[in-house]
Amino acid sequence: MIDKSISGKYAVVGVGQSAYGKFPEKDDFHLAADAFADALDDCGLEKDKIDGLAVCRLPHYGRMAEILGIQPRWTLQVPPHGRMSGVSIVEALAALDAGYTDYVVLLYANIGRSRRVQYGGEESPGFWDPWGFTSMGAIHAMMFREHMERYGTTTRQLAEVPVAFRRHAVMNPAAVMREAFSIDDHENARMICDPLRLLDYCLINDGAVCLILTSLERARDLKKKPVVVAGVGAQDALVNYSYPQHDFWYEPLTKVADQVYGMAGIGHDDVDSLMVYDNFSPTVLFSLEGLGFCKRGEAGAFVEGGTLGLGGKLPANTDGGHLSNSYMQGWALNVEAVRQVRGECGERQVPGCETVQYVAATPCTRSIIYRAA
Amino acid sequence: MTPDIQRPLPDRNPISAPFWERADQRVLALPWCKKCDQTHFPPSPRCPYCLHDAFEWRPVSGRATLVSWVVFHRAYWDGVAAELPYNVCQVELEEGPRLISNLVGAAKEAPRHGMALKVTFTDRYPDITLPVFDAA
Ligand SMILES: [Zn+2]
Repeated sequence: MIDKSISGKYAVVGVGQSAYGKFPEKDDFHLAADAFADALDDCGLEKDKIDGLAVCRLPHYGRMAEILGIQPRWTLQVPPHGRMSGVSIVEALAALDAGYTDYVVLLYANIGRSRRVQYGGEESPGFWDPWGFTSMGAIHAMMFREHMERYGTTTRQLAEVPVAFRRHAVMNPAAVMREAFSIDDHENARMICDPLRLLDYCLINDGAVCLILTSLERARDLKKKPVVVAGVGAQDALVNYSYPQHDFWYEPLTKVADQVYGMAGIGHDDVDSLMVYDNFSPTVLFSLEGLGFCKRGEAGAFVEGGTLGLGGKLPANTDGGHLSNSYMQGWALNVEAVRQVRGECGERQVPGCETVQYVAATPCTRSIIYRAA
Repeated sequence: MTPDIQRPLPDRNPISAPFWERADQRVLALPWCKKCDQTHFPPSPRCPYCLHDAFEWRPVSGRATLVSWVVFHRAYWDGVAAELPYNVCQVELEEGPRLISNLVGAAKEAPRHGMALKVTFTDRYPDITLPVFDAA
């Protein structure tokens, strides 16, 4: 069991990002350095105080530290998987709690757009290639077809997810995709892997994100209102890793829900906004069911009528998410969670937002609840 | 044979080769652990239940149920472009393990979650014989 005493002890003090889009003239280190400078400026921390470094999707922790001129006593490099954003934040909390670091910086960069990454085929050989099965999108399409067959979920219900997130991106000046579309537009979009269409797929763009964490005590000396981590939940699903997850991550999500709400001491009704990993739109429906925002098999009906939009019952991915803001593999969603709690989101601000939950339903499912200190 | 279609070829290593050698002979087989007598898939160097490292490859019944399916409208390999759109299915074998495969015949025309399937084998690809599934 995770020690519940860490609830409220550690805070995100600085958040930053590079521009999002296509930047063939910049490499990943460069984008990450842009995000780091932005995060330092956000919190006013002296750079030399940083003594912990976690990097994801960057080629090398050593070169990154050299570029930034930081000398950590705790360093972590994780594989370039979206699930690793939540994993890294949880590991950083553990390192803070163990005293291995006092000020930890987490950096993520992606140059998939200008490097023409395909996320399938020869880039990621697997056992099922001879049958033509490849790409994360196809795995999610396979799961969503099963959900449709078992529960009667429809693609029009699924469309509620990307439609709501695009509405949010329209209100986010930094977002890559800012043109609103309707459920009918979604139904008519180009099919990529039936039953999923182009608008169910995350963007592929360049960009970088940075978070800086420290103890609440130390956070009080910095520029912005500290946003604490009130709860954390973690459960992996790695047995049968070669297959699409047959229960839509329901079991790991229920375990994560027990942990994260238990540690934070809150329930679903206390969540003012949800930041939900949306590499493909079905993941959002699976997350809602597993966390218990609705009953199993009923996420399609739950999201109907704009539930996830600003002004709806559960505003989600207010920055536009991976589907419309930026493919920052969970990192930007954690930044948006912090900004919502701070009240910095302008036109897309959730009124009276005090508690925001992040969740990634993945083979390494993680959830984090952020709250005003 | 349709020479302009080329499926990606498997990695025939010592662990996976017994599966593909039997598929070449139009036999669907799974590895059974010689110690705990349980089967697993995809083939692994040690039994995921008891960690024993010797297996007996046994033919299976070929009976399966359809779990789910998708239809690719995008080719991630040049060799499958001429097959677009093509389907990929997930089936549960009577013996337990699941398999990613393709639907053919009546199952391809009208797939349904839970439908009964039976294995058959391709003869349209020049370099590989694939176990695929039709309605039982
Ligand atoms: Zn065994």
